Amino acid sequence: MSSTPKPNTKQGFDPIALLLEGRAFFALIAIIVVFSLLSPNYLSVANFLVMASHVAIYGILAIGMLLVILNGGIDLSVGSTLGLSGCIAGFLMHGVLIESAGVILYPPVWAVVILTCTMGALVGFVNGALVALFKVPAFVASLGVMYVARGIALLMTNGLTFNNLSGKAELGNQGFNWLGFNRLGGVPIGVLVLATLAILAGLTLSRTAFGRWLYASGGNERAAELSGVPVKRVQITVYVLSGICAAIAGLVLSSQLTSAGPTAGNSYELTAIAAVVIGGAALTGGRGTIRGTMLGAFVIGFLSDGLVIIGVSSYWQTVFTGAVIVLAVLLNSIQYKPKANA
Amino acid sequence: MTAQPVLSARNIAKAYGNIHALKGVNFDIHPGQVTTLFGENGAGKSTLMKILSGVVKPTSGEIVLDGAAVTFANSTDARNRGISIIHQELSLARNMNVRDNIFMGREIIGRSGVDFAEEERQTRLLMAELEEDIDPLTPVEELRLGQQQIVEIARALSVNSRILIMDEPTSALSATEVEVLFKVIRDLTARGVSIVYISHHLEEALQITHHAVVLRDGAMTAYAKRSEIDLEWIVRNMVGENFDLGSPPEGYAMGETALSIENLSVPDAAGVGFSVVDRLSLSVKAGEIICIYGLMGAGRTELLECVAGRLAPSGGRVMLQGRDVAGLTIAQRIARGLVLVPEDRQRDGLVQTMSVGQNLSLASIGAFTKGLFTSRKAETAVVAEAIRKVTVKTDASGAAPIGSLSGGNQQKVVIGKMLATNPKVIVLDEPSRGIDIGAKAEVFRLLAEGAKQGLAVIYSTSEVGECLSIAHRIIVMHRGRISAEFDHTVAKEKIMAASGEAVAH
Ligand SMILES: Nc1ncnc2c1ncn2[C@@H]1O[C@H](COP(=O)(O)OP(=O)(O)OP(=O)(O)O)[C@@H](O)[C@H]1O
Ligand SMILES: [Mg+2]
Repeated sequence: MSSTPKPNTKQGFDPIALLLEGRAFFALIAIIVVFSLLSPNYLSVANFLVMASHVAIYGILAIGMLLVILNGGIDLSVGSTLGLSGCIAGFLMHGVLIESAGVILYPPVWAVVILTCTMGALVGFVNGALVALFKVPAFVASLGVMYVARGIALLMTNGLTFNNLSGKAELGNQGFNWLGFNRLGGVPIGVLVLATLAILAGLTLSRTAFGRWLYASGGNERAAELSGVPVKRVQITVYVLSGICAAIAGLVLSSQLTSAGPTAGNSYELTAIAAVVIGGAALTGGRGTIRGTMLGAFVIGFLSDGLVIIGVSSYWQTVFTGAVIVLAVLLNSIQYKPKANA
Repeated sequence: MTAQPVLSARNIAKAYGNIHALKGVNFDIHPGQVTTLFGENGAGKSTLMKILSGVVKPTSGEIVLDGAAVTFANSTDARNRGISIIHQELSLARNMNVRDNIFMGREIIGRSGVDFAEEERQTRLLMAELEEDIDPLTPVEELRLGQQQIVEIARALSVNSRILIMDEPTSALSATEVEVLFKVIRDLTARGVSIVYISHHLEEALQITHHAVVLRDGAMTAYAKRSEIDLEWIVRNMVGENFDLGSPPEGYAMGETALSIENLSVPDAAGVGFSVVDRLSLSVKAGEIICIYGLMGAGRTELLECVAGRLAPSGGRVMLQGRDVAGLTIAQRIARGLVLVPEDRQRDGLVQTMSVGQNLSLASIGAFTKGLFTSRKAETAVVAEAIRKVTVKTDASGAAPIGSLSGGNQQKVVIGKMLATNPKVIVLDEPSRGIDIGAKAEVFRLLAEGAKQGLAVIYSTSEVGECLSIAHRIIVMHRGRISAEFDHTVAKEKIMAASGEAVAH
């Protein structure tokens, strides 16, 4: 238990701390170097931005996942929630038929975004309530919700995909593609969303009472409760935030693809967990940082895109990804070993 | 010294980074006798014992066993050579039962797998030897802290080692349980087993020991045979001056009733009808210090946890400054100035994944949150103040991981955390567990000072001496009820008598 790394008080961008934090960071450097040597196309700003917009999806999911894992839980439902929220967005973009009035309502894009996020929050709330109030183990609760959410997405769409989400000028619901395609100062919007969320989450974790409560109740729930931490409220909030992150990821993804299918995001929850773990967080709760998780997400994203660029078959991609996950976490434990027997 | 020592430390040093826990210590364990190690919190006692039992490796120096230098690969290696240790911090698997904990890693293998019946039989024998009524099949998490400590002791005894190291084995035990343990220790030494004993209950240790060794700041500062020394010698060598825990604060007027407990009942955890706290009434004035004395199982912990909001009462009510606290969460009670220092620091007191500072400030985050964000500067001030107040041996920034502190210093963090909330009523459940005499005096001084400013204190203890030097009123609890009430001029014997079975109602 005494292998405690540095406490999570400092979150600012200190390059030396980053280097010392090592592991995920070195893995990322190694990946960039190796692929740059293997392919001339890899090392370019344009390619990095494209890869970053892929990372955005996993990254956003991983932020929510980190919050849950820090709290000592796990959220297996994020992939399904992502898929479901894409479908909801697609459904809304294609118009809602109000039978009694006989009209088709086309909500504007901002309303679609808000409704979708609300739905994500709702799914998260179900997870949180099951875990915090009904004492269902997080793994089981979110596993159940994962199936239910996926099922609802399939029911909603009959298994089909919503294509063309761009909206029409005369209906006043244009602009959905902005999320996936536009750039601000050359940076894809998805990446900016990721950065914003990461900064917000980082600030929350390091500088707010809620963040401290989160670490405390993940580290020792009983002690936190006796110190006046509202542990149940924290637990529910964490799942709600994870659900919202999944909904946002769903919006970005369906906008990038200009379509929303009910099977989108299948098994993404595992990628998100991998990113969090590569980033040095402990699955037992209480330990981990946003910075690490972001590095973890970039490691996974840059690796899989690199493999595509150098033309490795997708079967091998799977093998490599798995190996890198284990390797990165292995580095973790090797580094801590000498201190661990104290 | 007549016989050759069985186990010796020769010039042992241990450094954790730039913290020098031990600086070249020589220490001998005498065959068939009890050697007691005294020293302040953080002096290095546990570290030295962990080295002698193979748990931790020394930075330099050598260990001599039966006259030959040895190195232990790990604690199993040491155990195989006849050395076992009872750790200061309990190391039981809470989810498993008593029997499985006692034989963990040394399961008795019969013809068809583990011989559970034999393990159970031996466990029963051990419990009988320790005169404790614990069923071998009870999960450890259902046991009181003191009972868990008994299991820990039983596990070490079951190994039948030649050398038994006991690092504060009695910190959660009642006086009778300590008596039983001492009987066991005398039996063991009569059989030739060598014992190392560590305790902050100095008088108690003096009853049992043959040799006294004092450790100070990682160096051995004094050695003497029992016959040559007294309590004063130990205290003088430990802290450099003679300490008196003093007497209850006086010379000020007490205020209104701060907390009143009216007819409070708390059901048994299993919910099988009988009440662990039975229609108990008690009130404390602002500025008053009350000690609750009682044996283990008298219902003190349950009473205090119910007051703090952890347990729900089955009847009666608790009034804080005239207002019923029913329905308030623990957080709301803390905000209104009612705080609990829990008994079990590992389980209820500390967040192991956080730093010393984060633990100290956990209950008073509101005090350094400005708007949405916490202020680092304000937090550092809160932490530095708390570290200074309860004299935690760590650097003032509080950045060290909590697990790197010595046991007593961890206990001080639990107390400091609650004091930092500026409470009106503080309820402490056996807070002196593992803290040294100097720190105890410091905590008493803090409580006395607080009382003069109007703090109401309820202090639960199983040490009579503590009652007499801090309390204005001493309440004795027995089987969930108040069996007697005294002021601090009473004789120790009267308090002890009132806590036992002998008292008729
Ligand atoms: N794993 C560790 N990492 C860093 N420092 C440590 C570690 N373990 C112990 N120390 C330090 O070593 C010193 C001695 O600690 P030790 O636990 O031996 O004290 P102790 O005499 O047993 O005190 P107590 O009476 O409080 O139990 C302390 O300053 C402590 O902070
Ligand atoms: Mg110790």
